[in-house]
Amino acid sequence: MRIVILIKQVPATDKVKIDEKTGTMKREEVDAVINPLDLYAIEAGLQVKEKIKEDSEIIVISMGPPKATEVIKEAISMGCDRGYLLSDKAFAGADTWATSYTLSSFIKKLENFSIIFTGEKATDGETGQVGPSISAQLDLPILTYVSKIIDIGKDYIIVEREIEEGTEIVKSTIPCVISVIKAISEPRLPTLRGKLKAREIDIPIITLKDLGLSENDVGLSGSPTRVVKIFYPKISRHGLKIKEKNLEKAVDIIINFLEERGII
Amino acid sequence: MKEVFILSEVREGRIHSVTFELLNWGRNLANKLKSDLTALVLGNNLEDQLEEIIFYGADKVEFFKNKELEIFNVENYSKVLIPFIKEREPEIILASATTQGRTLMPYLAGKLKTGLTADCTNLDIEEETGLLLQTRPAIGGNVLATIKTPKHKPQMATVRPKSKKPLPKDERRRGEINIHHINMEFNSRIKRLDLKKREEDISLSEAEIIISGGKGLKNSQNFSILFEIAHILNGAVGASRSAVDMGWIGYSHQIGLSGKTVNPKVYIAVGISGAVQHLAGMINSEYIIAINKDPDAPIFQVADLGIVGDALETLSILKKKIYERKKGNV
Repeated sequence: MRIVILIKQVPATDKVKIDEKTGTMKREEVDAVINPLDLYAIEAGLQVKEKIKEDSEIIVISMGPPKATEVIKEAISMGCDRGYLLSDKAFAGADTWATSYTLSSFIKKLENFSIIFTGEKATDGETGQVGPSISAQLDLPILTYVSKIIDIGKDYIIVEREIEEGTEIVKSTIPCVISVIKAISEPRLPTLRGKLKAREIDIPIITLKDLGLSENDVGLSGSPTRVVKIFYPKISRHGLKIKEKNLEKAVDIIINFLEERGII
Repeated sequence: MKEVFILSEVREGRIHSVTFELLNWGRNLANKLKSDLTALVLGNNLEDQLEEIIFYGADKVEFFKNKELEIFNVENYSKVLIPFIKEREPEIILASATTQGRTLMPYLAGKLKTGLTADCTNLDIEEETGLLLQTRPAIGGNVLATIKTPKHKPQMATVRPKSKKPLPKDERRRGEINIHHINMEFNSRIKRLDLKKREEDISLSEAEIIISGGKGLKNSQNFSILFEIAHILNGAVGASRSAVDMGWIGYSHQIGLSGKTVNPKVYIAVGISGAVQHLAGMINSEYIIAINKDPDAPIFQVADLGIVGDALETLSILKKKIYERKKGNV
């Protein structure tokens, strides 16, 4: 069976430039890394591959600019088998719905896939919406906030989920989509063998034409949401700012402040 | 009549308080749109709790009753909700950004082919178009983005739990309560086998006073000073993402976009610069005190009282003075 892991390339820093016309990130101008939370999805996928006896392979899929092949190679250096990059100018500016639609269209073409793993969310957009949206679009069960894989069989998986009420133990049929959280266990490091493999391997690029989709359904034009404004917040309480060399005095002011408001 | 929907949250057979927070968000939007505010509730034996939802601001409650809906299941919930949403065509659907909301909402949006904005910190209606304006921290939490869903309905958004207080309960409010007895085969592919319950961590969400540390605290040992002060003041300890990323304190203390949202009476930020990411989690505190050695730190813009000074020095004096004061009172 095939295990699919979805990963994303994210900016290495928080200081990202914004295209003021479209309100989207200028991704090509900053260093990019694998979304740190996706490393846990890779780890989960590798653990499942080790647990099941039948022959299986792990396919890593990402969507992004051509240089996102680097993060797919990083996943391969950790032990994944091969990867695809969905890359086309038409995919740019996609929101979570359009991203999920594009990824789903490609996953549908893969035969015999069992589990699709994702990270909890990406550290840039921080929405965590792509996993559940893909499950809806592919009509698969979705298990979110998964912290542990307890058992896996031919047509089922049992996992633990961390929810507000506690730890939920859930069984789902396979195929399904699983988004994992950090608790799943520390991601392993790349191996030398993996690195060599990653250097050699070819990562096929999948374009709009390959997917046979309409330009209107992908990227910015296929996105139901639009960023209409990006701004630095002007939240101001116009409070009192004290530059007091004598910190003893400054602390007295804090204590008075708390006393006056009945806190202490 | 136009409608704004909120998705109520039920945990362990009780309507959870995030539902009442959502009603306040929804009430404001419904008033601006001159529309009804409708709360959707899924569960089994909740009849005696439905009136509460009206008291907290809803015009209508639609209760979907079936034993299979007793615990949250994304497939069962959407099987009930999707036909209802398609029939009623609400303008807006809001849910809380809890594990339930963050699972169900993108699933519904995926099925309904519409836009969804996660973790909004502000919601408003654009006057000219009547569209929902959804504002959230973006790009690692350094800026705010306002997002619209111009051509798709419903417009969907999740909001952080605790980012707004419920409206005062008004027992004179009247509204419509409809009970839908659901008869269908659910056949969900997902099944809960067990739940190992855990006490909800309420210390941060209930504390009247929170003292939080950031990069300026320099190491994990210095966090113990925060715990001592918090202990004397009967408060709780929070932290910025940088401090948690450095491993100085556990994730359960993290406040901000990727952590908890709090609204205590007093929030003391020590050595925290005040990235939007952090502000998103504490901006609704009643009073904010900031201690930071950088006079240009953004945290001062949101503080009611700001002290420009070294975090550690100020902390040790604060600890001493609070101890002295406490002794003086005994």
